[in-house]
Amino acid sequence: MRIALFTTCLVDGLFPHAAAATVRLLERLGHEVVVPPGQACCGQMHVNSGYPAQAEPVVRNHVRAFWPVVAGEWDAVVAPSGSCVGSTRHQQARVARQAGDERLAVAAERVAARTYELSELLVDVLGVTDVGAWFPHTVTYHPTCHSLRMLRVGDRPTRLLGQVDGLRLVDLPDADQCCGFGGTFALKNSATSVAMVSDKADCVQASGAEVVTAGDWSCLMNIDGALSRRGAGVRAVHLAEILAATRGEPWRPPGTRPAAARSAS
Amino acid sequence: MATPGHAPRSSPERLVSTYLGMPGVPPKPAAEPLDPLRWGPTFPEAARGTLGDAQLRTNLRRATRTIRDKRVAVTAELPDWEALRDAGAAIKADAMERLPELLEQLEVTVTARGGTVHWARDAAEANRIVTDLVRAAGAREVVKVKSMATQEIGLNEHLEAEGIAAHETDLAELIVQLAGDRPSHILVPAIHRNRDEIRDVFRTRMPDAPAGLTNEPAALAMAARAHLRALFLRADVAISGANLAIAGTGTVAVVESEGNGRMCLTLPRTLVTVMGIEKVLPDFRDLEVFLQLLPRSSTGERMNPYTTMWTGVTPGDGPQDFHLVLLDNGRTRALADEIGRQALHCIRCSACLNVCPVYERTGGHAYGSVYPGPIGAILTPQLLGLDDADEATASLPFASTLCGACYDACPVKIDIPTALVHLRDRALHDGAPRRPTAAGAAMGAAAAVLSSGPRFRWALRASALAGRVLGGRRVRRLPWPGSLWTAGRDLPALPVRSFRDAWARARRTDGRGRP
Repeated sequence: MRIALFTTCLVDGLFPHAAAATVRLLERLGHEVVVPPGQACCGQMHVNSGYPAQAEPVVRNHVRAFWPVVAGEWDAVVAPSGSCVGSTRHQQARVARQAGDERLAVAAERVAARTYELSELLVDVLGVTDVGAWFPHTVTYHPTCHSLRMLRVGDRPTRLLGQVDGLRLVDLPDADQCCGFGGTFALKNSATSVAMVSDKADCVQASGAEVVTAGDWSCLMNIDGALSRRGAGVRAVHLAEILAATRGEPWRPPGTRPAAARSAS
Repeated sequence: MATPGHAPRSSPERLVSTYLGMPGVPPKPAAEPLDPLRWGPTFPEAARGTLGDAQLRTNLRRATRTIRDKRVAVTAELPDWEALRDAGAAIKADAMERLPELLEQLEVTVTARGGTVHWARDAAEANRIVTDLVRAAGAREVVKVKSMATQEIGLNEHLEAEGIAAHETDLAELIVQLAGDRPSHILVPAIHRNRDEIRDVFRTRMPDAPAGLTNEPAALAMAARAHLRALFLRADVAISGANLAIAGTGTVAVVESEGNGRMCLTLPRTLVTVMGIEKVLPDFRDLEVFLQLLPRSSTGERMNPYTTMWTGVTPGDGPQDFHLVLLDNGRTRALADEIGRQALHCIRCSACLNVCPVYERTGGHAYGSVYPGPIGAILTPQLLGLDDADEATASLPFASTLCGACYDACPVKIDIPTALVHLRDRALHDGAPRRPTAAGAAMGAAAAVLSSGPRFRWALRASALAGRVLGGRRVRRLPWPGSLWTAGRDLPALPVRSFRDAWARARRTDGRGRP
């Protein structure tokens, strides 16, 4: 398949290793990955912060960048994020309609219909749960709220993790509880957000895992930030990074080798 | 001392009943609100205070989790639960579509059965109508059934100012009233109090409390029971809310657990019911849906212990004088908002409060409204209007991470996250043009950057430059507004190159388009 990577703005700028891992994983599975250069953001931050009018040009750019998937140039679009995919499915058309642009709304719906979160693409579209990964660590999985309740990815991520060689999956207490990120909520309601992520960090530590994983770097950034602050010694690693790791190309902390050198070697 | 949005405790009755030099259970909140619908500071500011209340956090955590687990158990056992939720949502949507017609029908059916219907545009009108009715009945005191609508309009305080004593008879509402508190939960209004505090409240503020009262739940309940019995037997007037009313038959219903409501609804000669106009349902058969949805979502019971229904007046049985006050108080304003009007579907079960991770930590008082939690965050601003909302009201739709747990729990499928996001837009942009804000300017700049691949690339290069300067170190402290993040979290280590630049470089070097 020809698969377009919807990198997401957060991963592009702050967690490029998760995008590189997604590419590496899909190529290993025999697919061709393209990265549309016109992409930037899905518009979720603007919508959720109360600025849907300002989100309209952001949505327009996203739809233009990924329109070739509707034209048949690519077979699917994938993002290493549940919440950005959720935004394409549940917010973009609404933003366009509110701006009075029905054509954009329909186009957004058509692009969104072919846009998948990583675990959805792997399990539902590509039909794989064993991706041939190796990750010899104790891992706990945090189901991010938008993966859990907006996309309903269900057990797809844990089925994928369950097939990873060497990986020991342990339960996360109160897994379905929000980590407190919530985009600008983390700033606007900083005290409440910190109280929530402290509880989440407690649960991660109580799980006994060395690594906490999730399908969204946004929530992971929040959890990881709290774990780092308390020197917990638990690492946050995106699902894509675990699934991309093999015996030949094991997972390495980001920054220990440049992303480009790592996957081009 | 008065703080913005609060009145000083100046009423002599309250001062006497509350402060007799007794050992202190200070009221929560400390100052009496002017408007029960919205008082106190912004949500973030109020939350900073309540988050520090360790006892509150412990109570809430235990209580919300217990109710949550019970609700999950009794909803999961019904094979048609999802169909019931769909039916509830559909009936409510239909009722809101033809609300004027249903209300007029209700007036006709209630009147035909010997009741009297009154229309109140706002809290002041409703309070005046009720006061006049109590006076006409020649009463100086009333007993009250637990009711959100009368809390919303501040009826007790109004009656007190008019020289009429209103006695709450729901156990938790009694505790709240005696303590001089505000309810902090729709279903469990005294959730912020533990049993030691309740014993102290009874000892100091309930004149007929038995000597040597302990903190045993049974002892506390018996003390309240004896106290309330005397009130039931002497009251001539009862005031209630309503869980629902049936337009087709004129039947009004109250759903409760303790039976104290039943006492009020059957013993006194006069009954005055204050009901929000959105509570009307078309047909008697709709009860089938809502009497299943409500108890299972609310207390986590298959069936509530007491469901009292009455249709007008029945000679020789129950109250002989029945008045139904239909309250608008901002509801038609909410009805005008196609997305926000879902808030009017609410049946006040409080399932959304019990699953909300924000509510669980901040408690209800942080929302500064009789309607706390996720439903309050979308209902309160709409009842008050968003055109010229004050900062405190405008902060409510932002009091959520949009985690969606409330939407999943709602028995009538109110899409609270979508309504929250919509009301954030309205809170920022409705009414007269606002003064430009730093956040608005930042959002405008971000939109310019995030609506173009090339512009975004340049922004990422600036970030990568910072990454090179930091050399993999994690920032632990930033000036405001970054301090809002670093208050409890480190920043991630910034990469030295964005993904798109890494990808472009690799494509140049290895020709396969791989970064």
